[in-house]
Formats: sequence, C-alpha cells, structure tokens
Amino acid sequence: MTNTESSSPDAEDFLRVEDLKVSFSTMDGVVHAVDGVSFGVRRGQTLGIVGESGSGKSVSSMAVMGLHDAQRATITGSITVGGRQIVGCPEEEVRKLRGQTMAMIFQDPLSALHPYYTVGRQIVEAYRIHHPEASKKVARTRAIEMLDRVGIPRPDKRVDSYPHEFSGGMRQRAMIAMALVNDPDLLIADEPTTALDVTVQAQILDLLEDLQREFHSAVVIITHDLGVISQIADDVLVMYAGRAVEKGTVEQVLRRPQHPYTWGLLNSVPSLHGDAEADLVPIKGSPPSLLNRPSGCAFHPRCPYAGQNGNRSFTDVPELLPVLDDAGHLVACHLPADRRREIYQRDIAEAGVAL
Amino acid sequence: MARFILRRGSLALLTLFGVSVLTFFMFFAVPTSPAELQCGRDCRPAQVQNIEKQLGLDQPLLIQYGQYMKGIVVGRTIGEGETAIECHAPCLGWSFRSSEAVSSIIGRALPVTISIVLGGAVSWALLGVSLGFISALRRGTWVDRSAISFALAGASLQIYFVGLLLQVLFVYTLKWLPSPSYTSPFENLGDWFVGMLLPWTTLAFLNSAIYARLTRAQMLETLSEDFVRTAKAKGLPARQVYLRHALRAGITPIVTIFGLDLGVSLGGAVITENVFGMPGVGFVAAEAARQLNLPVVMATVLLAAFFIVLTNVIVDWLYAYIDPRVRLG
Repeated sequence: MTNTESSSPDAEDFLRVEDLKVSFSTMDGVVHAVDGVSFGVRRGQTLGIVGESGSGKSVSSMAVMGLHDAQRATITGSITVGGRQIVGCPEEEVRKLRGQTMAMIFQDPLSALHPYYTVGRQIVEAYRIHHPEASKKVARTRAIEMLDRVGIPRPDKRVDSYPHEFSGGMRQRAMIAMALVNDPDLLIADEPTTALDVTVQAQILDLLEDLQREFHSAVVIITHDLGVISQIADDVLVMYAGRAVEKGTVEQVLRRPQHPYTWGLLNSVPSLHGDAEADLVPIKGSPPSLLNRPSGCAFHPRCPYAGQNGNRSFTDVPELLPVLDDAGHLVACHLPADRRREIYQRDIAEAGVAL
Repeated sequence: MARFILRRGSLALLTLFGVSVLTFFMFFAVPTSPAELQCGRDCRPAQVQNIEKQLGLDQPLLIQYGQYMKGIVVGRTIGEGETAIECHAPCLGWSFRSSEAVSSIIGRALPVTISIVLGGAVSWALLGVSLGFISALRRGTWVDRSAISFALAGASLQIYFVGLLLQVLFVYTLKWLPSPSYTSPFENLGDWFVGMLLPWTTLAFLNSAIYARLTRAQMLETLSEDFVRTAKAKGLPARQVYLRHALRAGITPIVTIFGLDLGVSLGGAVITENVFGMPGVGFVAAEAARQLNLPVVMATVLLAAFFIVLTNVIVDWLYAYIDPRVRLG
C-alpha cells in the first residue's frame, strides 16, 4: 500500500525471518534454494518479494508456512510468527498456526482448490478445523459471509458450487475467502494474480488491499510482476538465486534502484510514458542452476557491468549493505556507489513503472 | 438423473439381448443334441426324434429363441402332453440331467458365489488400497518395498496353490478354522463368516496387487497436486490431508477396476469355488460344461453377462458421484 499512514503499521515485526537457509538433497547434489535471506513484515504492512522462477521466493514462503517436507528439506535460521519460532517447531504446533495465524493464497486457484468438493465445503473445512466447537450451520453461515465479503454475487447460492463452476477471478476470490476465514494475522499470497486476466488482476489486488486494511494483517506478496509490487507493496525484497540482492521501500527500489538485476527487471516492463516504439530490454541469459551456482556474485554471468570493479564479481559474494544517503535501502552489489548512480542515470532512468 | 438411468438401462438391456442371441445360437453349433442326452445310451433315432418334437427342438431357431425369452419373462411349458413340464418365470430352461428347473440350480448356487465374491472383493480392495496408500506415504523406505513385494508375491501365486496351502495350515495343522463351507448368513451369521474366511483371505492376498500398485501411483500423483498443499496450508492434520484430499482425488480408476473385477467374479469364481469345494455358480457352470448340460451353461453365461453389465452401469453412476465434473445425461 502506498499510503502507509492510513494502515498505521505496528512497531514490531509480526513476521521476522533471519538468515533463512533452505536446501534440498537431490540425486544430483544439494540444492541451496534459499541461502541466507532476512526480512520482516509488520501488521498492516505489505512486503513484496520479487524475482524470477527459482529465485527462492516461493521456497521461503513455504518455509514460513512450515510446508516443506521435513525429510527432504533442511531449514536453518530463524522464522518467528507473532513471536513464535517456526524453525524446528514440532509439526503439530505449526499445523495449529497454519490457516489460523498464518494463511496462504496460491497462484492457480483452479488447481489449488479441490475439484471434488464444493467451495463452501472447503471453506467450512478451513473454519471448523480451527473452530471445532462451531456447528456445521454456523460454519456455513461464516462461509457465506466470507464469500459475500470477497465480492462473490449471490453467495448463499454459490456456496454450493464446485470450483469448476466458477470463473478464474471468482475462484481466486473464493481462495481468498478461504484463507481469511479464520482472520489470520499473516497472509502470504504466492503469485495471486499470475493466472488471471489483466482486468481481473487489478480487482483482486484492490480486494487484497481492502481486506488488509480491514483485518490489519501482515501481508507478504510474492510476484515476478513489478506492476503488482508498485500497486500493493510498502516494502520490496528483490531475490536472485536464493539470495536477497536489493531491499527497501517501494519508493526506494522502484524509483532509485541500485542493483543491475533490478534495473533489468524494470527494463523488461513496458513503460506507459516512454517511447512506444522502444524495444523492451530483456535480461540476457536465464536464471542460474541452484545446483551449480555461479561463483562470486550469482548474477555476474548475466550482468553487463560485471568486472568493472576488479575481479570481485567473480570471486566474492557481495554483502547486502546500506545504500549511502538512503536510510533503509540495502543492495548487494560490487559496483561502487557513484558508478551505480552514473550508470543508472545514463541507461535506466527513463524506463520504469508508474508509481 | 432419470434420463441417465433410462439411457444406461436401455443400453444395458440391448447388450444383454446381444449376448443372449449370441450364446443361444452358439449352442446350436455344438455337435450334441439335448434329446440324445436325455434319451441315454442305446437310443433309437425314432426315440430321439420323438423327444425333439416333444421339447420343441424341431422348431426353427427363431421360434425356440422366442420361447426361451418368453420363459424368462412369464414362464412357459416345456414339451407336450403328459410329460409336459411347467417352468415358472424366470424360466431359464430345464435341466434334464437333474430333472429340475435351471433357475432353482442357479438359485442355490448364486448365494454361495455372492458371499465369496462380495466378501473377497471388499477384502482385496481394502487390503490393496491400504498397502498402496501406506507405501505411497512411505515412498522409498522399507515399508514401501515390503508392502509392494507382499502384493506382488500374491499376484504371482496361483489360487489352487495358496488356497490349498492355507487350508492345510489353518484347517488341518493349526485347526483354527473349520473346512470352508457355505452356511446361509440368514441362518447363522457366525458360521457363514467363519466358513467364508479362508476363501476371502486367499482372494484378498491374490488380487490386492493391482489395487496396491494403482493406489500407490495415484497417491504419488495427487500428493504433489496444488490442492493437497492447500489442504496442508489450511492446517488440516496429515490424516485428513491424505485421506480426504489426496486419496479421494485419485480414487476413480480404483473404482473402475473394482467394478470390472466384481462383475467378472460374480459371473462365477470358477477356480476359487472348485479349490474350496463350494457349489457356487462357477462350480455349477464348470460341471454343466463338462456334462454338456446346455440349458445350465446357457443360464450361467447369461448371468455372467448380466453381472458385468450391471456393475458397469453402477460404476458409470459412481463416476458422477465421485467427480462432480462428470455430468450425467
């Protein structure tokens, strides 16, 4: 949310992730999907996590929800939700938090809803698992109320519909209703609009904003779409190959981006104000394999400015350090600060997302 | 729903009609005459002709078929004059060997077969689905490997081996169970259960493999589905996630196989009934075929077709019940 005053965030982070590392052992070796990421979200505040596929954004959020298979994933670091430690916590305790304290919305609502049960039944199930004392009738009333709240017309009828009888946008609304049925304090939305039509995307984002204001929850929104970030997020975390490469407020990261990867992302977005004929500039190459991460700065094989500061790009992993004169803005890049500013002014500044 | 039943019902009747025509005319290709069989040894051709006339076997095939069908619906009189036999509906013909209506032979045998097959099918499906379910959840561990090996061992063995082995073990050596036999469940439920235990166990062991493998494959597929992740994210306990969300979504092909198995077995579990010496439909059919007792063979073939068609209709209906995306109409 761009207007932070209206949502008046609490002082304390509700979700606090410190030096999170998630790795999976596979037949081909150990995959370091997330490698030392830290972030925090206060209630009433929205954090956007941006990155390509395989940057570790979904893996981090799954770790927060405790959804990784304990036998396959190794998780270290610290994740606290409302002061409770999730890493190493017994499954039964995390289960009680899931759906109650923290809830999640997934990318494709058609595959994320069970095809054989009515929407109402799935919401009722989500409610009753955390409110065992509630009768079926009470839970059903609650489900209808939630469907109404997320803007589904004639909710008393649609509560008995199956997911395949809903349109894509309606399904995502139902999914949101299910996630919010227990008034969670933390909501994680993993690419909530990616599978939807552009016109529906905006409606869903509006709805999420409204609901956040109403429920005063902490929201983490995961996306590769900077347009979504600019519309809904307060803070932004840019991830690349399992690490954070840039962090700051929406204003800082989208208006004064510091990392060449962020520049690349901005350049791949069509601009409403610039030259309509100008070609989009894609980031060359493809995301690195996490099994065999490039040495030094993982972005160096794709970075047009690699090697401009000696050999450090190829040998040293850049630290996430504060940007000079810009409190709270962090970047992990070997380029000297003045050089970065110079390149940005010259090559990048005219592109960008309308804030 | 009504439209579905009507359409599926008429299709089923049409299938049964086809089967009945086929079997009826096939039996006339068999180089034997019921009249000769009835007449016995040292029979003069004149006698045979006389019997044929009496039974209506000298009539054109179409008329005979019409008579047979009429018998099933309203009953009929077989033969003429003093030796005429009144055969009540549903008349499936007359067994001259045992001098009784085929329908009463079937009526005696059918409860035995239904007991063996229903109990057996429920046991093998439960055993197979449980084994597959557990091995999918413990994929790659020793539990997985031993469950699947157990099921495969059953599938590679034969019923006359396992059946006899279990009989020797539990009946003769350990003396835990009486010899397998059929008691009507309406007379004595306990005796019925104990008498059926051995055939059920044998069938469960032999037939569960396909269910185990199928369930395992289905579970592995549904466990990686997004809606299973959603179920976990809602905070459902693991048991509910696996049973209510994962297994439920993968149950359709299991129901299909179960329906087919059930239909085929109800037509007569020939080997099972013979191994355990239980006079079910399969037992009767095998005996009738040996003795060329054509009316009985004809009736058992029709009955088998009837069960296969019936279970298929039920499976079709179950599809729509399981998966709301399947619309009946």
